[in-house]
Amino acid sequence: MDGVAQLKKRLADYTTSLYDEGYLDDQFVQLQQLQDESNPEFVVEVVSLFFQDSQRLLSELAKALEQQSVDFRKVDAYVHQLKGSSSSIGAQRVQRACISFRNYCDDQNIEGCLKCLQQLKNEYSLMKNKLETLFKLEQQLLEAGG
Amino acid sequence: MSLNCKHSGSNSKFSSSLKLKKAKEPLHESDRVWKWRTLLLFLCLLGAAIIGFIWVFSGLNDGTSKDETLNLPQDKDRGLLEHFNVSKGQFHDSASLFQGSDQKKSLQCEKNVRDEMLLINVACAMKVICSEKQGFASQHGMIADNVEFRDQCPVREEDVPRKRGLYLPEDKSLPSASWSMSTAASGDQSCQKYVLQRKAFGARVKEQCQSFSFCSVNACWWIFLGVVLSCLMPCLCQKVLGNEKWKLFQQQLPPLQRQQQPVRSSSKSTGNWRLNFLIGFLIAGVLFSGFLYWYISTVDVSKRKDMLANMCDERARMLQDQFNVSMNHVHALAILVSTFHHGKEPSAIDQKTFGGYTERTAFERPLTSGVAYALRVLHADREEFEKKHGWTIKKMETEDQSLIQDCDPENLDPSPPQDEYAPVIFSQETVSHIVSIDMMSGKEDRENILRARASGKGVLTTPFNLLKSNHLGVVLTFAVYSTHLPPDATPEQRINATVGYLGASYDVPSLVEKLLHQLASKQIIVVHVYDTTNKNEPIKMYGPDDVIDTGLLHISTLEFGDPARKHEMRCRFKQKPTLNWTAIMASGGALIITFLLFHIFNAARLRIAKVEHDYRVMMELKHRAEAADVAKSQFLATVSHEIRTPMNGVLGMLQMLMDTGLNANQLDFAETALVSGKDLISLINEVLDQAKIESGRLELEAVPFDLRAVLDKVLSLFSGKSRKKGIELAVYVSDQIPAVVVGDPGRFRQIITNLVGNSIKFTDYKGHIFVSVHLAEEVRHPSALEDEVLKQSLTFVPNSSKNSYNTLSGFPVVDRRKSWKNFRNLSSGTDLPEEYENIKLLVTVEDTGVGIPQDKQNRIFMPFMQADSSTSRTYGGTGIGLSISKRLVDLMGGEIGFVSEPGTGSTFSFTAVLKKGETSSLDTMQQYYDPAVSDFRGLRALVVDDRSIRAEVTRYHLQRLGIIVDGIAFSMESACAYLSSCASNPSESSKISMVLVDKDVWGMDSSHPFHLLLKELRQNSRTEVPESLPKIFLISTSITPECNELKSAGLVDNVLTKPLRLSVLIFCFQEVPRIGKKRQASGGKPPILGVLLRNKRILVVDDNLVNRRVAEGALKKYGAIVTCVDSGKAALAMLKPPHNFDACFMDLQMPEMDGFDATHRIRSLEREFNERIESGEASSEMFSNVTPWHTPIFAMTADVIQANKEECMKSGMDDYVSKPFEQEQLYSAVARFFASG
Repeated sequence: MDGVAQLKKRLADYTTSLYDEGYLDDQFVQLQQLQDESNPEFVVEVVSLFFQDSQRLLSELAKALEQQSVDFRKVDAYVHQLKGSSSSIGAQRVQRACISFRNYCDDQNIEGCLKCLQQLKNEYSLMKNKLETLFKLEQQLLEAGG
Repeated sequence: MSLNCKHSGSNSKFSSSLKLKKAKEPLHESDRVWKWRTLLLFLCLLGAAIIGFIWVFSGLNDGTSKDETLNLPQDKDRGLLEHFNVSKGQFHDSASLFQGSDQKKSLQCEKNVRDEMLLINVACAMKVICSEKQGFASQHGMIADNVEFRDQCPVREEDVPRKRGLYLPEDKSLPSASWSMSTAASGDQSCQKYVLQRKAFGARVKEQCQSFSFCSVNACWWIFLGVVLSCLMPCLCQKVLGNEKWKLFQQQLPPLQRQQQPVRSSSKSTGNWRLNFLIGFLIAGVLFSGFLYWYISTVDVSKRKDMLANMCDERARMLQDQFNVSMNHVHALAILVSTFHHGKEPSAIDQKTFGGYTERTAFERPLTSGVAYALRVLHADREEFEKKHGWTIKKMETEDQSLIQDCDPENLDPSPPQDEYAPVIFSQETVSHIVSIDMMSGKEDRENILRARASGKGVLTTPFNLLKSNHLGVVLTFAVYSTHLPPDATPEQRINATVGYLGASYDVPSLVEKLLHQLASKQIIVVHVYDTTNKNEPIKMYGPDDVIDTGLLHISTLEFGDPARKHEMRCRFKQKPTLNWTAIMASGGALIITFLLFHIFNAARLRIAKVEHDYRVMMELKHRAEAADVAKSQFLATVSHEIRTPMNGVLGMLQMLMDTGLNANQLDFAETALVSGKDLISLINEVLDQAKIESGRLELEAVPFDLRAVLDKVLSLFSGKSRKKGIELAVYVSDQIPAVVVGDPGRFRQIITNLVGNSIKFTDYKGHIFVSVHLAEEVRHPSALEDEVLKQSLTFVPNSSKNSYNTLSGFPVVDRRKSWKNFRNLSSGTDLPEEYENIKLLVTVEDTGVGIPQDKQNRIFMPFMQADSSTSRTYGGTGIGLSISKRLVDLMGGEIGFVSEPGTGSTFSFTAVLKKGETSSLDTMQQYYDPAVSDFRGLRALVVDDRSIRAEVTRYHLQRLGIIVDGIAFSMESACAYLSSCASNPSESSKISMVLVDKDVWGMDSSHPFHLLLKELRQNSRTEVPESLPKIFLISTSITPECNELKSAGLVDNVLTKPLRLSVLIFCFQEVPRIGKKRQASGGKPPILGVLLRNKRILVVDDNLVNRRVAEGALKKYGAIVTCVDSGKAALAMLKPPHNFDACFMDLQMPEMDGFDATHRIRSLEREFNERIESGEASSEMFSNVTPWHTPIFAMTADVIQANKEECMKSGMDDYVSKPFEQEQLYSAVARFFASG
């Protein structure tokens, strides 16, 4: 009983910290709300989808930016995709990074883009970490029988 | 033109000088102004001095001229008196003559005095004296005669008594005294006339002087006025053009490099203009002083000329008068001789009588050296004559023309035979030697004699040297006639009637000498008398030989009664005119003033030029400094940004590293690195903010946000720290603040975070930190306080019984009102109607920390300044937070202030202007906690707390959840009483569902009645419905074992840890089962949506897999059957009628075919199909219920902009939903289409 409560508390604190530190926003709450008995793995499913998609997009972006002549339209499209999916799951910081990325894209600033890509990667991995931790906690809680 | 010039000149000049002023410190400005004023004052004084000087000078001038004019009449008076004396003497002589000659024929005398103005009364006098002799008997007759003959006598009435008074024969002095009286009276009259004339002249002179001085004073005033004006003009220009110029200058500022050249040249031209003006002024000044000198000299010279003319004329007239007097006397003598010598037989006069008489009356003719009478003797009568007199007629020596010879007449030869002779028979004693000399023998005399007897008037000889005195003299000759001749007698008759000749020699030099002696100021002028009968060779009769030409010369003609001879008097000043000091001083003064002014203005001009130059240099330096500052800020910003990016990487990697399987030691290292990195990042962020703000690149967002949520976030950020330090941390937001405000939440949060972080940093293990937010308006009217918290915190009273204060933690705090005492306008946000949407928040952060020392308080808001350098050692930090906060507050249109007392604590207050937000525009809070919040709404709670502020804070948080706080109990006892009363009256409406008790009042004593009550209630509850019991929550600063004990003991249902915030409350409440009993009933909207969407076939079109999945999940949740496609083309294929989709959600931005395009095509397909149905080509039976064919298409978009919406509608879409689905919006969009279904 105690362990479950502790776990619950940890989960709550962790979630709150994610919100407070700006990793997640309300969209994630909505996402969680969408999850119910009929769709118990919804959040995890969506988030892993997001991870896959992002991974792909990031590698595409890296590839696109390595080209001799960068096709900024293409880059912009990728970033737009990433932005859309990140905003869908409420990954606020990734979304913000995308916004600044797009600004550099508009300016056709390769260096800026590269920098943003780096930042995006960072944010993405951070996000991934956080969410994975969150899921792990939830899993633990579930296992503990809460 | 000059005005123009001035203006254009002043434009650049004063703009530049103004620039300088503005650029410089105000101190300099005042200094400069002071200098100007001093200069002005000096000029005023100078001008006044000049005018005063001129005035005094003109006054002096008046005085001297007055003196002179006064002198002149005095001279005249003296001359007049002299005249009178002469007449008096004459009269006296006549009297003595009559005495001597014993003749009493007085009436005849009258005719010889008829033409003597002053001797009119002599006749009377004679009568008086005669009557004296005649005796008393004839007295009456004489007086009658007198009255008869002397009708015209102006003093008749006075005569009568006077003559009566003369009965006393022995009194001789009386008549003469009375005579002197009457003559003095007449003399006075004429004297007065002179005086008047003099005065008139003086007045004229004075007038001239006055007009001159008036002119000069006027001129001076004008000059002075001009100077003052020219001094004032710049000041005026400066004032008038001041603002404009300043604006202009401001506009000029950015392109300074470009502008500098023209400015320089214009200032140069201004300088030139100023120099030219000064030189012009100098020349004008010199010319003016020259003119002044000339003018004063001219006036002086004309005055001198007038004076000379006056004096000369006066002297000439007096000389003439005296001469005439003498001549008249000689004439009288002639008549005397004719009367008493020829008219008597035998003659009453012999040589002795004549000699005696003439000697005694010599004073009458002060200018004659002698008189003699020569008888006309025809040649026929010569012998008889010689016989009779006993001497022969002698001849004058050939060349000797003098009447006065010192040779013995005996030695002279007898006169040769002539037609007639004029031997002297009588002579004055002084010239007795000429007796018997024939006057006809001298050529001059002969001519004289001939002319005299022909004209019957006195004639004059040409001047010749008198032998005795060696003076120049003239001889006056009168003819003596035997019979009385009519006035119009012909020369023939006159010659025939001639019996003798009376001659008198005049000593002209002594005459003039004497005259001049009588007059004052004889030393001033030199007088020459000339005989100018022969115009080419004037003979000098009087005057010094060594004539110095002193410039001025005045000539007055003299009329000596002989028309054949002409005389004139020439006067000149003895000395050359002295230097005209007045003129020199006046013009010199003007010149000096001119030079002085020139110097002053020139110095000012040079100074201005120098200052302008300095100003330009300084401006350049300033711009360089500013550029350097901007560069610095830019550099800082860039560097910070550059550091931040890799740092983020480092931190991210560290975090990931920590999630891998590290052992404890490694984890510790990584954690330390992470914390350090975080600190570094926050520092860099701060520096970046500072730099951004300094370079003006920071712009505030304006987005709607929930202020309370922001504050909660801040609290949660510091919750750990505060818990660790054991400080109470609380937030309170006034009810009057709208739920949603528009502003920059990040920056707002930053400010509060900074302040709270600061407070936490400086508050150690006691007390509290209390953040309260109110409207500025609430504070403005302290009398009408509605807010309990504000009221309490403003009425700061110690609670004496418990040795604590009515603050959050009971520790004393500083008076928060002082922190906003200096705010200029606490409520300006609502002053203007157009800013009605604005609200002004007043945020106060109160702590019970160490406080800020008084002497450090003034630099709190300066960047990188901490109160004490030791502070950074003790507490760490860069000291940049407050500075950033201040700047942020400035950006938000607010003010920041604080009050601090070392030992007590500090209170920081700031205001910020935000906009009221639409509550519906942001439902984050509602959505975030929606299920929970709706669960708790309407519940009732009791708060037990002995600190009213803390209780209010708790109530505030509960109210946010919609929980109604029924009451606040300040002690457990009252809470017990309340609870028991509630328990005894268990009506549904007033049922208390929860009791929140602060740990401070809980009391650990288990025997406390409250505990007992609780236990009792609990026991009762076993039999009753558990929900009816109130849940007990303990509010504690930290979770202590005691709390857990209590919890496990079942005394409390849960423990709330401070700081209180919404999330904590919700989690806590949710943990307690059955408190949200209405869970199933609440949340009406999702089921409705579910009803709307249930079993609807919906197509979701999105290229983004994640989005697609999320949308799918969301729609599925409401029971829809969702099909997903990933491109517009696929959607087109799916939606090609006939199909069985009820709606389509379409992403707008997709590769290949975007949402607009896809919709467009779908619509055209539908149109086609509809046409086909109408034409009967396709069977509509299959889908009979959907005609005409129109699938609702909703756009899914991330950015909801108006233009986008219009575009959606245009391309045939039905509505749009924002991409992360929002229930309400989704509902409102969908409801239109599925309401029927």
